[in-house]
Order: sequence, then C-alpha cells, then structure tokens
Amino acid sequence: MSLWNRHKIFETNSIVLILGILVMIAIGGLVEIVPLYYLKSTIEKVDGVRPYTPLELAGRNIYVREGCYNCHSQMVRPLRDEVERYGHYSLAAESMYDRPFQWGSKRTGPDLARLGGKYSDEWHRAHLAEPRSIVPGSIMPGYAWLATTPLKADGIEQDMKVQKLLGVPYSDEMVAKAKADLRIQATTDDPEADALLKRYPKASARDFDGNPAEVSEADALIAYLQMLGTQVDFRLYDNKANLR
Amino acid sequence: MAHTIQLKRMTTSEMGLAIFAALFSLFALVVAAKAETSGYAFHAAIFTLASAASVFAIANRYFNRPAALPPQEVDGRPNYNFGPVKFATIASVIWGIAGFAVGVVIALQLAWPGLNLDLPWTSFGRLRPLHTSAVIFAFGGNVLIATSFYVVQRTSRVRLAGDLAPWFVVLGYNLFIVIAGTGYMLGITQGKEYAEPEWYADLFLTIVWVVYFLVFLATIIKRKEPHIYVANWFYMAFIVTIAVLHLGNNATIPVSVFSPKSYIVWAGVQDAMVQWWYGHNAVGFFLTAGFLAIMYYFIPKRANRPVYSYRLSIIHFWALIFLYIWAGPHHLHYTALPDWAQTLGMTFSVMLWMPSWGGMINGLMTLSGAWDKLRTDPVLRMMVVSVAFYGMSTFEGPLMSVKAVNSLSHYTDWTIGHVHSGALGWVGYVSFGAIYCLVPWLWNRREMYSLRLINWHFWISTLGIVLYITAMWVSGILQGLMWRAYTTLGFLEYSFIETVEAMHPFYVIRALGGLLFLGGALIMAWNVWRTIAGAGEPASKMGAIPALVPAE
Repeated sequence: MSLWNRHKIFETNSIVLILGILVMIAIGGLVEIVPLYYLKSTIEKVDGVRPYTPLELAGRNIYVREGCYNCHSQMVRPLRDEVERYGHYSLAAESMYDRPFQWGSKRTGPDLARLGGKYSDEWHRAHLAEPRSIVPGSIMPGYAWLATTPLKADGIEQDMKVQKLLGVPYSDEMVAKAKADLRIQATTDDPEADALLKRYPKASARDFDGNPAEVSEADALIAYLQMLGTQVDFRLYDNKANLR
Repeated sequence: MAHTIQLKRMTTSEMGLAIFAALFSLFALVVAAKAETSGYAFHAAIFTLASAASVFAIANRYFNRPAALPPQEVDGRPNYNFGPVKFATIASVIWGIAGFAVGVVIALQLAWPGLNLDLPWTSFGRLRPLHTSAVIFAFGGNVLIATSFYVVQRTSRVRLAGDLAPWFVVLGYNLFIVIAGTGYMLGITQGKEYAEPEWYADLFLTIVWVVYFLVFLATIIKRKEPHIYVANWFYMAFIVTIAVLHLGNNATIPVSVFSPKSYIVWAGVQDAMVQWWYGHNAVGFFLTAGFLAIMYYFIPKRANRPVYSYRLSIIHFWALIFLYIWAGPHHLHYTALPDWAQTLGMTFSVMLWMPSWGGMINGLMTLSGAWDKLRTDPVLRMMVVSVAFYGMSTFEGPLMSVKAVNSLSHYTDWTIGHVHSGALGWVGYVSFGAIYCLVPWLWNRREMYSLRLINWHFWISTLGIVLYITAMWVSGILQGLMWRAYTTLGFLEYSFIETVEAMHPFYVIRALGGLLFLGGALIMAWNVWRTIAGAGEPASKMGAIPALVPAE
C-alpha cells in the first residue's frame, strides 16, 4: 500500500500539487497543438488563397460582430450529402487568414463556406433586410440597419498593420492604399479597379448594397459573403500534392 | 492598567490599491474621451466609475473600521471571512435568473423570429453569447467563487487569506461580467465561442484571476489541517487550468488602446484547435472540476457521511484532469483539422467516460446508509439527481464524440440538448443544492425558509429539463437525418429550409422547458430572500430577549 502513501506529498504540499496539475494538463494540449504548426497537411499553401481586401475584412468584422457564427458554420465536411448540398469540402488553407476562425459549431442556418456567387447581391440585400421576404420559413433575424449604417472603417489600415504583424502577407502598398481600396471595391466600374484586382486577384468590385451614395455596412458584409469559398479553383487543385 | 493605544494606520494594501485605482480611473477617463467607438467609450466610463468607487469604498472602510484589522482567530476558533462569500452567493442567484431569462428569450426567438425585433442589440447573434456567458461565467462563476472561498476556509480551518484581496476578486469578477455582457449587446466580441469578451476585458479578468489564485493558494498554505481536502484539489485544478486556457485562447493584439477590436495570434485551423482546446476544457475544468469540488464537499456534509472512497477520489482526480485536456478535437470531427488529431480527441473522449463515472460513483455511494434522506431532504435529492445527470451526460458525451455518431449529431440541436442536460441537470442542480446549504450556514439560520418550496423548485425544474432535452434529442436527430436523406433517384430529399421548418414544434417545447426551469429558479430566489430576511426562524434566534417578569 506504499503507493497510496506516496500520494501524500500532493495532499500536504500545495506547490507540488500545482506542479502535478500543470504537468498533467500540459501534455495533451502540447501534443495536439504544436504539430499543427509544422505538418504539411495543415500549413499547405493552395493557389488562389489570398488575404482579405480591406472591404472584405471590414465585412468579416461585421459578420463576427453580429455573431453570425452562432447559427452558421463555415466548414463543409467531406460527407456525401454536404459536398452535394454546399460544394467542395473545405480546405485548411481556405481559412489560413481567418482571425478568428469562423468554422462555427451549429447549423441553425445553412453552412456558408461556399456561399460566394450562389446568389445575387440583390438577393443578399433583400434577404439581410427581411429574410422571410425571400425564404418564408426562415428564422433568421432581420439586419435592415446594415444598409443604412455607413461603414466606419477609418482605421482599416491599422487593422491591416496588426494582421501584417501577425504574419498576413499584406504589402506596404496594400496598407497604404487600404482606405482607397475600400472605396474602390464598393463602387461599380471604378477606373482604379484594375489596380485593386492586381493587389487582390479575383476580388469583385461593385456597389454591393445598391446605394452608390455611400459605403454602408451592407456593402462590406455582402462583399465578404460573395467571396466566401471562391478563392480556390477546384478544377486545378491537387488533393494528393501534400500527402505523405 | 497599562493601556496600549494602537495607532490607526492605512495598511500598505489599502494605500496601494487606492492609489492604483485613482490612477487607473484617470487613465480610463482618457481612454473614454478618445475611444474610437461609443461602446468602448461606455466601457471605459464604467471602468472610470468603478475605480473611483473603489477609492471611495477603501477610504470609507478605513474611516469606519477599528484600528486593528479583523483577527485571524476569535477565542481560539478561526474567524472566517464570509462577506465575499455572501456577496458571490447572492450574485449567483441574480445572475442565474438573468441568464436563464435570456435563454428563454433566445429559445422563443428561434420559435418565433419576429422576437428578434430586428434591432442590433436584441438579435439572436448578440443575445446567444449573453446567455451562455451569463449562465456559465456569471451564475456558475459566482457559485464557484462563493463555494471555493467557503470550502477552503472550512477545510483548512483558517480565515481567508488577504484583507482587500477577496473583495477585489468578487467585485472585480462581477465587474468583468458586466463589461462582457454589455459588450455583446453593443457588438463588442472576439467571435470565439465562450471566449467572446475582447482584449481589455480579458486583461482585467487575468488580473482578477491571478488574485483569486493567490488568495486560494495562500489560504491553503496557512491551513491548520495536515492534508489538503479533496475538494480543494479540484478547485485548484479548476483555477490553474482556467488561467492557462484563458491566456492561450485570448492571445490577441489590440488594434489600438482606443479601440475594442483585436486580432488573435492564431489563425484558421490552429485557431480552431486552440479554441476547442479551450472550449472543451472550459467544460472540463470550469463546469466539471469546479463543480465536482462542490460535490466532494457539500454532498458528504449534507448527507453527514464521509466520501465513499478516498482512493477512488485520487484516481478520479488525476485521470480526469489528464484525459480531459485531450478531448477538444471532438468538436472538429471531419473538419480541416488533421485526422490524427480528431482520432486522438475521440479516443480520449471515450476514455474520459471512466473517470467521469468513477466520480459519479464516488458521489452517489457517499449516500450509503443515508439513502432514506432522499425522501425527506429535497436539497440532498437535488444534489444526488445532479450527480445522476452528470453520469448521464458524461455517457452521452463520449458517445457523441465517436466520429460516426458525430457525423450525424454535429451542427444539430442534439449538441444543444447534450450541453443542457449537463448544464441544467448537473451544474444547475449541484449549484442550487450548494446555495440551499450555504444560505442558512452563512446567515446563521436553522434551515431554509421553506423546504416545501425547494420541493416545488425541484419538481418544476426537473419537468423543465426533461422537456428541454427530449425536445432537443428529437429535433437534433431528426434534422441530422433530414440533411442526409436521399430520394430513390439519388437526390437530396430535403432543402435546408424544410429541415428548419421541421424544428418549430420542438423549439416551442424547448422554450417551455426553459421557462419551467426559470420558474424554479424564481422560487429559489424568493426562498433565499425569505431565509436571509429571517422569516420562519424561531423568535429567540432573532435576538428577541424574553422579558423578565418581576416576582411579587
């Protein structure tokens, strides 16, 4: 019965108890988290994945602010019904610039990982303002105020600077032109749209909210929703490239 | 007759804390003036007022207190410090009702979406974090702080360490709750489940938590008992691990001191893993280890029986904390997280079933020889049923962590039902049991005002829980099956919206279940209030002195 007596040290010395606890809880976390920083399958680079444009980033921040992740996932699992319902299963690389990740844990509404391009901007405008006008059985809240609230993004380059610090490959030019890019992307047929597209390939630039007079929060959110899951061209993606 | 006159002096901690609070108040005022958003300015103003109020409170206490601080012992018995415990106990009742009420509101919103009112601060996306934080951190957290400060003093037979520190913990923690909750409604969130508060609230909580840890540790260090009681191991594991998880999952860089926004240092798949390492162990250490500590103190105490097996408690403790930390990836089955990590998460989740049931057996068998008390003591019944719910949800959890089951259950209401059988049944009931024990002990009452009302609370909320979890089982499994249903021609049978419409009756039943649970909590609040007010106590205990009748 000596082993039971040995446990006495944990029961009589609080510092030893704390050290024991720390050792026990450290092992599992380290084994599961650390390898994710060097295993190929989690850090593979996939063609087409790029950092968010200033407008998309601002839209993503609205998505986070409104807690959309409470009801919508952004993670298509490689299951037959999900791939048929939503599209190609999600890759790790597709969320490599997501801070925070928004994979979600509940589908009160459908998955949004491949939402981009599925519906028109007009559909999104009407659906956000009054979801039941488009989908009668929907239980989503209405977000009518987004279209009437001007986007406050004066500090967007500061946001991008912080992301750059964290390793997101924003160039100095991207940061310097952030505010202009934001306005350009929310405008239809802006003469400088080509320069924006060079910086952010496959970005779409147009007046998303249907109100050319101002850049609203709806502009940003719809720009974000319309790019979700559109970066990777799956006709070209080689899913065996990073197998070991 | 030599009189020693003790000079009344401000202690170093009084002086230091007052100066710090005064300076912080000025700093927060500057931040409020230059804040980039009105929500952040509001929070900075709250910090300004709170720190100014604490300067006032410290000064006020100094002028009113005697020269000497409260003694450690009175007549050779520990002079327990129950003030902070009382505060946290009352706070837990109030926050509990607030949290349950918000839960009922969002349950109704899912049944009738018009109740979102289409306003920013009342939409489901902002209220759902308010509900989860209010019940987990506000209600659960205050129960944990109250009981841990009570249990550590009693089982160490010493006064709580620190003079102002315990009050700083209790008041600071509740200030954090106010900042977090109002923040969600204003749209200030990190967007990480159960870790929504932004960087400044996180920083403040870190300070509060470190002080909590130090108060708890210092009390244990100066204990008069040779052994550290088993409940305190669990409290210690809870406090230490939550600190580690909090720091890991909230490693963010703020955009500016004048902005509430920050970006997390982890991204994408790594962020997902860190989040669920945190998220599942918020369940494991906040909602399990901490409340197991309550089980290990309050059930033996109330049943007047020793813990069933001392050795089982040792195995239970170490196995539980070792295995729990691995279980996070079961929240990420079939995602872009590597398969090996998912498999590890599943394997350890299944193994976790064993220590969980070991703990359940230890709790239930403590009633050996006292089972008859279940008939007469509704408080003990509540705690025993809570352990039974613990057993049920720790069986359901491993089941759902199996990948094949998870492919059906994940993203559906089954998860919500599972969480609530643990939250309402286990955490809720063991907390109610502890509150029903604590209130008479703290306020020197013989017993709660009414045992009949406790009985009503028990049966009404049990009915509520049963409605809640059965509705969620049916809706979850139904929706999971509908999503993967195919027609004979090989097409998906249901559009997504058809699966949403099928949920409606279950959402109504669930809201009704939640309403019953809230009703039970309101009965408890009334009962607690009457007990503290002294209703139903024998008159002599209330300080009435029987008048002497002169002999004639």
